[in-house]
Amino acid sequence: MNSNLLNYVLQLADNGLIYGHRLSEWCGHGPILEVDMALSNIALDSIGAARSFYQYAASIEGNGKTEDSYPYLREVTDFKNALILELPNGGFADTIARSFFFDAFQFHFYTALCHSTDKQIAGIAEKSLKEVTYHLRFSSEWVIRLGDGTEESKQKIQAAIENIWTYPGELFEPSVEEKALMLEGIAPDITLLKSSWNDTVARTLEEATLQFPMSKADAWHHSGGKKGIHTEYLGFILAEMQHLQRVYPGCEW
Amino acid sequence: MSNTEWPLWEIFIRSKAGLDHKHVGSLHASDAQMAIEMARDVYTRRQEGISIWAVESLHIHASNPDDAAAFFDPMNDKVYRHPTFYDLPDELTHM
Repeated sequence: MNSNLLNYVLQLADNGLIYGHRLSEWCGHGPILEVDMALSNIALDSIGAARSFYQYAASIEGNGKTEDSYPYLREVTDFKNALILELPNGGFADTIARSFFFDAFQFHFYTALCHSTDKQIAGIAEKSLKEVTYHLRFSSEWVIRLGDGTEESKQKIQAAIENIWTYPGELFEPSVEEKALMLEGIAPDITLLKSSWNDTVARTLEEATLQFPMSKADAWHHSGGKKGIHTEYLGFILAEMQHLQRVYPGCEW
Repeated sequence: MSNTEWPLWEIFIRSKAGLDHKHVGSLHASDAQMAIEMARDVYTRRQEGISIWAVESLHIHASNPDDAAAFFDPMNDKVYRHPTFYDLPDELTHM
């Protein structure tokens, strides 16, 4: 078993699961019905991609593992998702700021991941890239609408961007396992994606008449997610997600 | 309150190439682009279509239901307006 590959596939899966879970919390609470459905659709896309990666992880690990073993039966420290994804949703502007930063990353990342020498990973990336392209369009449009909207909406999205600015940096930090896979061409070199991500972000913020937090562009950022060092928020997500399987192991309905 | 609501849009979806756009419902959106994006999320989640039209509802002019008697009832005894009313000669094919 290639433990670097397993680690990496779980990282991709966990990002999708936790992002999708946070967005699914908007279901029934969206500002309007149409946005409620859009966020739920994106949540389902994201969890769908996560499922494909979990299934692949189970086939790599064998040993009786299934796609459900990973989301339901691992501890907080086993999860490898980026910290930005587990932060609480906050208000609509906060959710949009997070989505925009992550979708922009996913777009460039999946574009590169399509060229992975691992056919399974490349296949999942290719399918997901179409979805991610739409996610980025949705979140970019809302950044622009809020930024170029009313005084209140502009102030809210600007504050949301400033608040979350110390999180996206982690997305461009490869883990030890990832670095090994980069040599084999399985994982793209994410450090190279930073400048295209910066361009995408800067272009949209400019159109939205928002300030790029330039002074903090290369400031310190949070990290640790890939190593299993999480914020307190992930524990609460897992408590809700896992309690049924923990109390009634193997239960189906 | 009503003046802060977004305008209403009627949504038409073409299910596949060659077919007409069909009315599927309506939604609220601030402009045409948002209407199309929201229609994508609300009305095409189950592969219902390949093309979307959005028309602001205020541009749709409708017949008045009160006029229905004068508008539509006179047609129900004019069977000769249906092609099936006429006997065709046997020699006539491809009809």
